[in-house]
Order: sequence, then structure tokens, then C-alpha cells
Amino acid sequence: MHRITGLGILLAALLLLFPPTLRAEETPHTEADASFDLNHYIFGHIGDAYDWHITTVRGHHISIPLPCIVFDNGLHVFSSHKMAEHGYTLNENGKLVNAATGKRPFDLSITKNVCSLILSSILLVVLVLSTARWYRRHDAMKEAPRGFPGVMEMLITMVTDDIIKEGVGKDWEKYAPYLLTAFFFIFLNNLLGIVPFFPGGANLTGNIAVTMFLAVCTFLAVNLFGNKHYYKDIFWPEVPTWLKVPLPLMPLIEIIGMFTKPFSLMVRLFANILAGHIMLLGVVAVVFITAKLGPAINGSMSVIAVLFGVFMDILELLVAFIQAYVFTMLSSVFIGLSRQEPEHEHKQIETTK
Amino acid sequence: MSLITPDFGLLFWMTLIFAIVFFILAKFGFPLITGMVKKRSDLIEQSLRDAEEARKTLKELAEEQKRMIEEARKEQARILNEAASTGDKIVQEAKDQAREQTAAMIEKAREDIRIEQETARQQIAAEVATLSVEVAEKLVRGHLDSAQRQNDLIDKLIEEARTSRGNAVN
Repeated sequence: MHRITGLGILLAALLLLFPPTLRAEETPHTEADASFDLNHYIFGHIGDAYDWHITTVRGHHISIPLPCIVFDNGLHVFSSHKMAEHGYTLNENGKLVNAATGKRPFDLSITKNVCSLILSSILLVVLVLSTARWYRRHDAMKEAPRGFPGVMEMLITMVTDDIIKEGVGKDWEKYAPYLLTAFFFIFLNNLLGIVPFFPGGANLTGNIAVTMFLAVCTFLAVNLFGNKHYYKDIFWPEVPTWLKVPLPLMPLIEIIGMFTKPFSLMVRLFANILAGHIMLLGVVAVVFITAKLGPAINGSMSVIAVLFGVFMDILELLVAFIQAYVFTMLSSVFIGLSRQEPEHEHKQIETTK
Repeated sequence: MSLITPDFGLLFWMTLIFAIVFFILAKFGFPLITGMVKKRSDLIEQSLRDAEEARKTLKELAEEQKRMIEEARKEQARILNEAASTGDKIVQEAKDQAREQTAAMIEKAREDIRIEQETARQQIAAEVATLSVEVAEKLVRGHLDSAQRQNDLIDKLIEEARTSRGNAVN
């Protein structure tokens, strides 16, 4: 119980780090606005933003302004709702541009996704270190953890035993920290993405930049530590010679394969989480879209939307876990393939293809 | 199309933050936990193995004990048997001895009786002889006052002696 209050205090402290003034912006409330803009609604939620929109009460947007950091003839740091005062505006894609020239500056702003990334990363570090602290304070030889450290231990043991040891094989300890970090990072951010209100709700693991970074990490882990046999298999695979000389067909395919593997990791995670978010938002949007069609249709459709929304949410919980699991498992398998010794080669290749 | 173009700012922060998170977790988090978990599972495995061994030893000990008890019981039975047979033998021997001794004693008694009888008989015979002589003396003194009578007596005596010798031979 006191862990939950601790978490609450932590979040409150984090909120205090950011400008405490909530932004109450007056927007013109006309008849045209009454129609529901589905496109804006969905892409506003899954995309990035320079402020963290929480809710709109009677036309007042309540959002947390986030710091903008741009390099444009020198460093400029300003709050996102004072953008116009510093000579910047948003373009049609919602990106920060110089109001005078219309050009994109070098933009390192703490956007909604970056903010979410910071929060979730702090949360992740706290969660894992608190588990580690349990081990430091208790004699693990005499007792097993209960409660939260117990859950963490179960997850860590599952990832280690079922995914990493199976996939990587020999020397799995070397890769375990990265793979575990990736698993918990993806899992935690997937879960936070489902939470519809403030600390959650950002579409972080459904953002191509994030999944690209993770995929690049796996790519590096695979290719930096690949053994001789792995590289021989790429540049001089065991196929008829005419496939290699004069036109290096097979090596070309293998080299493309080096990149398609992490690319598939990137797209799989991105697409799954993004699609989940869009589906959920779409189901909720049914309530607003049918508002014009009269109370009877709107009411019945709302009931259906809520039921379907519950189903989708549960499905997304499953997807959150599965995608973290799949990403880690495939990373492990790719790493394992790059470290294979030649004697196991034939059997393994058949099973993976 | 901003959805599928990676944003540089986010990529930058992602790299920085993920690197920090990875560094912290890889240094202070996961290796500690996995190490402890591995140690504990090793301990559990070892304990299970030990328990199995202990169970085996216990079983062996129980069997050994059973075997020892069985042996002791056999030994006991054997000793009891032996004791019983020894007892029987002793009793038998004692009986035999007693019988022999009795027999010997009876024999000796008999012998003694016989000797006594013989002695008694001899004494009686001697006594009788003496008495006879005395009686004869007296008789002789009375009857042998004439020569005729003396001759008659001598004849009679000789006759008598002859018959008694013949009886004795028979």
C-alpha cells in the first residue's frame, strides 16, 4: 500500500518539476467546431505535441505546457504556450517552425513523447532498482520476495529463462541486461500508452523514432558481436558458386537480410501499438460521431462502443505484453543466430526458416 | 506523413534516456537480481539433490537397521537354541551320571552285602563248628566211655562226613 502512495508522491514531484501553470486557452467556440473532427481527434492523440493536452472543459483546453528547445542562430528555450512570443509557430504537420522563415529549426524540444519517455524511464528505473534493493536488503538464499518484487522477479525469471536463454544460447549473460531493459521498457511504455489520462496516454512505443532506436540497438547487438561463422554465412554462404560469383546474388540477399530483420522489429512494434491506439480511439469516437444522429442511436451505439472499448482495452493489455515479448524474443534469436557455432548450423537454419 | 518519419528530437532524447536507463539498470538492477535468482535456484537445486541423497542414505540406514535387527534376532534364536540344547545335554549328562553313580552304589552295596553275608556265614560256620565241637565234646564225653561206643561213633562220623562232602561237591 505505501508503495502506491510513494508512487503518487513521485508523480506529484515530477509534476512540480514542470511549469505548474495549467494552460487555459480560450478557443473560438462556433457552430463549425461542433462537428466532430475525427482526423484531428485520432492523429492528435497518437501523434506528438509540444504541450500535453489533458482535457477540454467547455472549450477551454487544459494542457501542460512543455519546454521547447531549439537551435536557430543560437539556443532558444521557451515554454510551448509562449511559442508565438519567441517567433515560432506550428506548421501543417504540427511541427515547430520559424514564423518568419517557415523553416524547421534544429528542434530538441521536450515534446509530449519525450516527457512521457522521461516519466516512464524514471518509473522503470525506480521499479527495477526497488526490486534490486529488496535483494540487497534481504537474504535471497533464505526467502523469496513477495508482493511487487515478487512480480518483478517472476517477470525477470520468465524473460531470462524462456526468452534469453532459449534464444541467445551460450554467453546469454552478456546480453541479458540489454534484452531485459528492452523488454521492460517496451512493456511499461505499452501499458502506459493504454492509460488514457495524464502520466500515460502518450503513444511512445507506437512512435517510429522510438521503435527505430530499439531496432538499431538490436542491429548493433547482433552485428557488432557476430562471430566469424555469421559473417562467413553472409559474405560466402554455402550455396552453388554461380550464386556468388561473378554476381554476388546470395551475399546481396544476406546483406539485405541483415537490415530487414531489425526493420521488421521496428515496424512490428510500431504498427501493432499504433493500430491498437487507433482502434481504441476509433471505438471511443463512435460515441461522438453518432451524437448528431439522435439520442436513440447515440445511446445504443454508446453502449456498444463502451462494451467494445472494454474488449479492445483488454486486448491491448495482451498486445502490450505480447509485443514486448516478441520484440525481446526475436532480438534474442537474432543475437543467437549471429553467435552460432558451425556444427549446429544446418539443423538451426532449417528450424528458423 | 509525419507518422512514419522518425522525429530527430525524439530520437535524440530516446538515445540519451535509453542509454542512461540501460546503464543504470545494467549496472545496479538486472545483474544483481538475475544473479540472486540464479543463486537461489542453484541453492534450491542443490538442496533438492541433498534431500534426495539424504533420503537415500536414510533408506539405506533403515535397511541396514532392519538387516541388523534380523541378524540379531537370528543370533538370539541361535543362542536360545544352543542354550536349550546345552541345558538338555547337561541335564541328560547329570541324569546319566546319576544313574551310573546309583548303579555303582547299588553294585557296591550289593557287594558289601555279599561280603557281609559271606563273613556272617563264615562266622556262623565257625560258631557252629565251635558249638558243634563243644557239643560233640560233651556228647563224646558221655558216650565214649566204652570202646564199642567209640568205634560206633567213629563209623557214624565218617559216614556223615562222606555224605556232607558229597553234598558240598554237588
